[in-house]
Amino acid sequence: MPRIGVFVCQCGNNIEATVDTQKVADETKKLPGVVHTESYKFMCSSPGQDSFKKAIKDNKLDGVVVSACSPHMHEKTFRRAAEAAGLNQFQCEITNVREQCSWVHHDETRKIGTDKTMDLTRMTIQRLKKNRDLTKITIPVTKRALVIGGGIAGIQAALDIADGGQEVVIVEKEPSIGGNMARLSETFPTMDCSQCILTPKMVEAELHDKISLYTYSEVEKVDGYIGNFSVTIKKKAKFVDESTCTGCGECWEKCPFKADSEFELGLSKRKVIYTPFPQAVPNIPVIDKTRCPKILKDKCGLCAKVCGPQSIDFTQEDQLVTEEFGAIVVATGYELMPNKDFGEYGYGKITDVISGMQFERLASASGPTGGAIRRPSDNTEPKNVVFIQCAGSRDEKRGVSYCSKICCMYTAKHTMLYRHKVHDGQAYVFYMDIRSGGKRYEEFVRGAIEHDGAMYLRGRVSRVYEKDGKVIIQGADTLSGSQVEIEADMVVLATALVSRPGADTVAQTLGIGYDKYKFYNEYHPKLKPVETVTAGIFLAGTCVGPMDIPESVSQGSATASKVLALFSSDKMAREPITAEVNKQTCNACWDCVTSCPYVAIEKEEIKDRKGNVVNMLAHVNDGLCQGCGVCVCACRSKAIDLNGYTDEQVYAAIATF
Amino acid sequence: MKIKLGKEDIDSSLIQQIERVSGETIKRCYQCGNCSGGCPVSYAMEIPPTQVMRYLQLGMVEELMASNSMWVCVGCLQCFSRCPQSVSVANTLEGLRQLVLRKGEDHDRIEDIPLPMLKNAPQMAIVCGFRKFVS
Repeated sequence: MPRIGVFVCQCGNNIEATVDTQKVADETKKLPGVVHTESYKFMCSSPGQDSFKKAIKDNKLDGVVVSACSPHMHEKTFRRAAEAAGLNQFQCEITNVREQCSWVHHDETRKIGTDKTMDLTRMTIQRLKKNRDLTKITIPVTKRALVIGGGIAGIQAALDIADGGQEVVIVEKEPSIGGNMARLSETFPTMDCSQCILTPKMVEAELHDKISLYTYSEVEKVDGYIGNFSVTIKKKAKFVDESTCTGCGECWEKCPFKADSEFELGLSKRKVIYTPFPQAVPNIPVIDKTRCPKILKDKCGLCAKVCGPQSIDFTQEDQLVTEEFGAIVVATGYELMPNKDFGEYGYGKITDVISGMQFERLASASGPTGGAIRRPSDNTEPKNVVFIQCAGSRDEKRGVSYCSKICCMYTAKHTMLYRHKVHDGQAYVFYMDIRSGGKRYEEFVRGAIEHDGAMYLRGRVSRVYEKDGKVIIQGADTLSGSQVEIEADMVVLATALVSRPGADTVAQTLGIGYDKYKFYNEYHPKLKPVETVTAGIFLAGTCVGPMDIPESVSQGSATASKVLALFSSDKMAREPITAEVNKQTCNACWDCVTSCPYVAIEKEEIKDRKGNVVNMLAHVNDGLCQGCGVCVCACRSKAIDLNGYTDEQVYAAIATF
Repeated sequence: MKIKLGKEDIDSSLIQQIERVSGETIKRCYQCGNCSGGCPVSYAMEIPPTQVMRYLQLGMVEELMASNSMWVCVGCLQCFSRCPQSVSVANTLEGLRQLVLRKGEDHDRIEDIPLPMLKNAPQMAIVCGFRKFVS
């Protein structure tokens, strides 16, 4: 006969107001197997827990039911207390009689609430009788982290993990780390030069003995689970031997062929053998195999001839490497919405309509104009520049419905940079709202208006067209209620931030969720902002949604703390609420394999004594299983059961009711 | 209303003069509307206080000159006491009045007013009226 204890919490007046807890305690005491019951004002308080522990010991209880608030609130508290009193913690069950009972009833006679509490408690008691002792699952942890994306968020995550003493690999698609931040001229609100604050971090990442950089590489395949990921990485052929190249630059100096520079967003040319920008890390060039005549038709090869250390190797091929990791940080970043979609703003038709990122390059000291503001069409200094905010953002019809968050600030910064470089120039900004939430951000925008004389006009621009070498902007100023026409020399569009093309493929490879804009889903938007539903995979930076540099850096560091916590012991413990396959009844239909959203079910080979495969059966990987129960429903032969929520337990509870 | 906006409108010499006479920085106004909300006479103004500031930011002085706003303002300074940016629309409107008055046209003199009317007029009206109409 079991020895069960029932503890009914009054939760101050939260439960007591509509439930007669003492009556519940008295009545349940009469049930078979129940040897101790009590009602108490606050079971979760210290004295409450002490009496709970004492009752377990004194009455030699082998199972306890706490009828109180939601298990989300205090299941851990009571299970810990039960364990301290010598019980297996999975012999402690919570009945939710607050959120699902007392709070939803207003019966002053307390009859409905009391009856329902008794029913619910009785169900839990019957369920508890079928509970088995469970022990937490321990999983070995490979103490090596993978960071996907070498922008500022990824670099920060990698540096913090490496400083914590663990090995990190950064996989970056481009030939250099640095990401979008490397393109920026100055950063708001302090106006420090982006490269000046970023390049030291890039170099630190390169020189750190715990960090390996895999540039010009992409993640191909991810297998395994938290603590034990096996990742296949494609290292694209650079056609340059990284071990011998000194980065002297002789090759790209002599290369006679040019192509549009991706880094400069088409504002200037690069060579066919190139590093994206002078401060590239690593400072090793790659050959653009789609344009190199030597690779395409075996002509030229000049770079190989001038290369001192003979590092050029035209025979190199893409390489696939598979490595083991314990945790993955995803920091794949963003790009600006291609603004060809905005016909009314003339992008693509009018040369002097550029994107915000292109303006960054114009204003950057290392950019195509050496930091001088010159308009692309005739290389003259524009005297009237119109900035159009929300180009694509907050435009459900043709763009995206969300606010891109950083444009208000970078446009204000652009007007300042412009005024600092062109003293007699006038900047105009068309805006819908100025969103300057952040430390010293509002003051920054006011500075742009009051000190640097930017003319802010509240309204969207409806049309941009060319007339006599000028760009005519037709918009509105709703504050004065007038239609505004401006003759400008150049137009800068603050285009929306969007996820990278292929972000969905990356998410599918990793098994993480994404929204309709292909931004990755956090586990919880407020309380678990850098975790994903897949344990061991974390998110940092703009792959989650629009955010600025301080936020991206914070998220990078946040993921590092999560990774380091995971790596703090050799084995990690997990809740044993996982599915289990009964090998006697499994008929290998694989419905569970196809239905599992976590790819946690494998086909296990059953071998005879000689090692021949005689059968294949489903096997649940405890590391991956999240205990959702989908496989339990899918299994036709009822061969799968969920530990902690077995059919036996559930039926026992229902039968009582 | 349609306006063509250029650098010359935003920072014209006329605007600079108004700023000098009134002692106000027109750019400081961020169009929150608190002045219009609290102004006891804004209902009677053709262009309410907030928009007066906006018109000046856009260099639309002509439209302001043609409106009654500057003559309706009683100078109670409620706009200034409420303004989070410490802008005084009253001072700015005084600047606009000065632009007109300093031309010496429509100049009222106290001795031109018949004595009986002067005797019967409330004191406040005389103070208010002559602060506005006499330079």
